[in-house]
Amino acid sequence: MAEITQIRTAAETGLAALFERLKGGLPGDVAVREAALSGFATMGLPHRRVEEFKYTDLRALMRDAAHPAEAPSPDETTKAFAEAKAFAEIDAARLTFVNGHRAPHSSELPAGIEVVTMPDAMASGHPLLGFLNAVAIARGNPIYDLNTAFLADGVVIRVPAGLAVERPIHLRFLAAASAPFSTATRILVIVEEGASLTLLESHEGRDGVAYQPNDVIEFVVGDRAKVAHLRLNAEGSESLALSTVTAKLGAEVVFNSLNVVVGGAASRHQVFATFAGEGTNARIDGANMLKGRQHSDATLVVDHAVPHCTSREMFKSVLDDSSVGVFQGKIIVRPYAQKTDGAMKSNALLLGEGATMNNKPELEIFADDVVCGHGATCGALDADLLFYLKSRGLPQALAQSLLIQAFLGEAVESVEHEGARESLIGVIEGWLAARG
Amino acid sequence: MIEIKNLVVQIEDNRILNGLDLKVADGEVAAIMGPNGSGKSTLSYVIAGKEDYEVLDGEVLLDGENILEMDAAERAAAGVFLAFQYPLEIPGVGTMTFLKAALNAQRKARGEEPLSTPELIKRVNAAGEVLEIKRDFLKRALNVGFSGGEKKRMEILQMALLEPRFCILDETDSGLDIDALRIVSDGVNKLRDPGRSFLVITHYQRLLNHIVPDTVHVMSAGRIVKSGGKELALELEANGYADYRQLAAE
Ligand SMILES: Nc1ncnc2c1ncn2[C@@H]1O[C@H](COP(=O)(O)OP(=O)(O)O)[C@@H](O)[C@H]1O
Ligand SMILES: [Mg+2]
Repeated sequence: MAEITQIRTAAETGLAALFERLKGGLPGDVAVREAALSGFATMGLPHRRVEEFKYTDLRALMRDAAHPAEAPSPDETTKAFAEAKAFAEIDAARLTFVNGHRAPHSSELPAGIEVVTMPDAMASGHPLLGFLNAVAIARGNPIYDLNTAFLADGVVIRVPAGLAVERPIHLRFLAAASAPFSTATRILVIVEEGASLTLLESHEGRDGVAYQPNDVIEFVVGDRAKVAHLRLNAEGSESLALSTVTAKLGAEVVFNSLNVVVGGAASRHQVFATFAGEGTNARIDGANMLKGRQHSDATLVVDHAVPHCTSREMFKSVLDDSSVGVFQGKIIVRPYAQKTDGAMKSNALLLGEGATMNNKPELEIFADDVVCGHGATCGALDADLLFYLKSRGLPQALAQSLLIQAFLGEAVESVEHEGARESLIGVIEGWLAARG
Repeated sequence: MIEIKNLVVQIEDNRILNGLDLKVADGEVAAIMGPNGSGKSTLSYVIAGKEDYEVLDGEVLLDGENILEMDAAERAAAGVFLAFQYPLEIPGVGTMTFLKAALNAQRKARGEEPLSTPELIKRVNAAGEVLEIKRDFLKRALNVGFSGGEKKRMEILQMALLEPRFCILDETDSGLDIDALRIVSDGVNKLRDPGRSFLVITHYQRLLNHIVPDTVHVMSAGRIVKSGGKELALELEANGYADYRQLAAE
């Protein structure tokens, strides 16, 4: 007989107790939260034997259930604002969260955009909340379920039909507490027909604090709308950062989502994208720069449910020291989704002797007239190219930096917003400079 | 002045250079000719500092200093330049970015101030004109999408920009049509200078009609087996390398 007794870890027991304590004070329908938590509880924290978490053992990574932080004091908030660096030089409308709590915002939002805080929306049963949880393939995911159960803050952003928003919106998440804490934020972005939006998202935190952010952002994109989502994970050195992006894409949409990771002791970024209308073009990219014993997981599921859509997924990992990269990408092509064009690739550069890359690309194709492919490469810097550069006088470190920048370039090159592109190039340069 | 003494080199237990001796004086253009596989490229890589090779014996002295103890970047800063037989393509690295990084790295190593971007552009454009390199090539990634001849011209452009003391040209003529050969040779000839020496490696006499050498050395089986003036190149062209294979075996 197989062992079926479920032994709960300290973190699992802690999460259950925490939920009981907090649920009465959280906004919205408690039944939704209870359903999400019981969904989570049937499996518990996923471990290595759960296929989707084979390379990222959340049970081992999450030792304790951290409490949410108290709302920060005005002083703490001011200090956190002053220290925030990500995308700082870009002219954008900023919405800031400090320790998972929405901070009073000073920057003016672009005209015509509707913003409702998530607690207000939940308390009033705002109709836009009907767009929550729109992507079926994300349901049942334990990280997503935990976020649903504990959801404490966030915003709903609606860009009305036809509105082209020039100035980006910058969602800024700052972790400023000096003791461990958790967050559960949810951002819902509805971009209506023919509208366009550049959304910057940055996560920064203190080094040395074992905090546990769990952030979800959900996009519902109307026909012919255009969305660029640029995310930067510059979390603190001891954080366990969990994040999920869901996207439901209408017809003839252009959707780009790029996640750049330099932070976190361990991070897992999940993307669940569903094509719901024909003629849509999606790019889901990532660039990971890891060092020390950092661990970063990018897991995505792209669901081609309708015909004539194109998806491109490109993940670049630069792994120094003993860091670990994970790429799990799945493209599903449903029987009806003929003429799907999907290409997924993961390229890793192993700089450190102890660095590891785990690649698991998967295609699940149920239609016959499609072009789909995937490729994964893993290797060191090319010794001949290094010699060529050195023979021109470039010292080893500089020669390596040039080649690493070239390797990552492909991922940031596609960023249309010039300021954001330059910002991200700056992040790459900063990472290389710190490497020495 | 470059002086190579009793150079013995192997790779994966294959002895490739077998006690090679060679001197090139300041201002001198020395040619090395020899059959395929005689070790010409190996010699050029060992001088430039490629790490795959095991140097068992000998030294390479640049103005009396043994450069074998330096890494490739240090040798470049000391004035060694190798124009590759097969220049490499480096996707994602812009040509200008690369040229600036290379020049300023060398200047830094020599304790000189970095060159400003406008000054760099001026110098690159001037060198590019001599070598008839189209300006938009300089906007591309290094050597990516360049023809064989264009890559060779880019090598000479780098040489002109970096102003080395000792230049090695490894089969720079291969893959060049007659016009490109003339352009490249003119570019090299312009750089001839009493303070600069050249080692021109070639398989054919053709290049030496354009870049007229002061001395010609015949290489076979990893050694210099005969040295002479420029007439030696003509003799080789007429008689081939067969006699020298014999010499090397002795
Ligand atoms: N990386 C290598 N590994 C093993 N053998 C090599 C390597 N490079 C060159 N050789 C061998 O060394 C010899 C000399 O090669 P090379 O220097 O390229 O000659 P050349 O330039 O005169 O044609 C050849 O026999 C070649 O096969
Ligand atoms: Mg050769």
